Amino acid sequence: MAEDIQQKLEKYRTAPFDARFPNQNQTRNCWQNYLDYYRCQKALDAKGVDTAPCDWYKRVYKSLCPLSWVNIPSSPISVSIRIVHECHLLSTFPCVAQIEKWDTQREDGTFPGKI
Amino acid sequence: MAHPTQLGFQDAASPVMEELLHFHDHALMIVFLISTLVLYIIIAMVSTKLTNKYILDSQEIEIVWTILPAVILVLIALPSLRILYLMDEINDPHLTIKAMGHQWYWSYEYTDYEDLGFDSYMVPTQDLAPGQFRLLETDHRMVVPMESPIRILVSAEDVLHSWAVPSLGMKMDAVPGRLNQTAFIASRPGLFYGQCSEICGANHSFMPIVVEAVPLEHFENWSSLMLEDA
Repeated sequence: MAEDIQQKLEKYRTAPFDARFPNQNQTRNCWQNYLDYYRCQKALDAKGVDTAPCDWYKRVYKSLCPLSWVNIPSSPISVSIRIVHECHLLSTFPCVAQIEKWDTQREDGTFPGKI
Repeated sequence: MAHPTQLGFQDAASPVMEELLHFHDHALMIVFLISTLVLYIIIAMVSTKLTNKYILDSQEIEIVWTILPAVILVLIALPSLRILYLMDEINDPHLTIKAMGHQWYWSYEYTDYEDLGFDSYMVPTQDLAPGQFRLLETDHRMVVPMESPIRILVSAEDVLHSWAVPSLGMKMDAVPGRLNQTAFIASRPGLFYGQCSEICGANHSFMPIVVEAVPLEHFENWSSLMLEDA
């Protein structure tokens, strides 16, 4: 079972078609895989078992979820610079990051999903 | 890209767009035929010296001009539905790219392997190199491997935008908080231009999209280079 997951992970290209989310709106697909990863981690950690099988959900949510929904990325043009630039353009808003990242929310205990 | 005084579609760069092009030709031909017939009848009616005050009913022609339009509509509907279902087929993408709309630029994220993300701003007119297209060029292009099925997830970070590339037959609204999925295959290498298609503020006309389809090795080299620049 673990070897199958390893093989699947090695051959991973991108998130495959998921029959639970066959239509245009893939928001739930991203959300569900994010939840599933952290739930899987929590469950396998509680059992004291290797959490490697959970990596499938991690790869899928990384493929699907926009970086700005999840965390501050370490990419060429950093989101944090962009957010500061953008909030200066929006003169009606105070200059704080508008979208709270899911990772930040989980750390703060304000994440809306049940993990 | 579009040419000055262009009337028809841009050359198709994906199989779906080719189908749409041919369907449009088919439907437009039917429209022209019907319009020509009607125009001929109008002219004939208006220019005749004959009069007839005594026609009361005409069962046969009534049947013909009821059945014939129904048949024509079926002839339009069948190819249309074929393409609709073709566009909806389950495809197995090789790559997922996220296109995020901002005021007023697009950002692209390639996160299947590493976290690659970059912004794509329009090149201002005064900074264009000779031969480049005004209001269409961007500093960073969305590079894709050709002849591979690619999934695009479109969303927005602030207001509504719309990600459109006519030669690929694509347009998908970018809605904040929602991930809209679309897919394409670039049949040939090249540069494919598009523009934001949902009013989004002062610079809505100045946030174009450029898709660059290249062979796979070139795509791999490009993505390594982009990651190194991080």
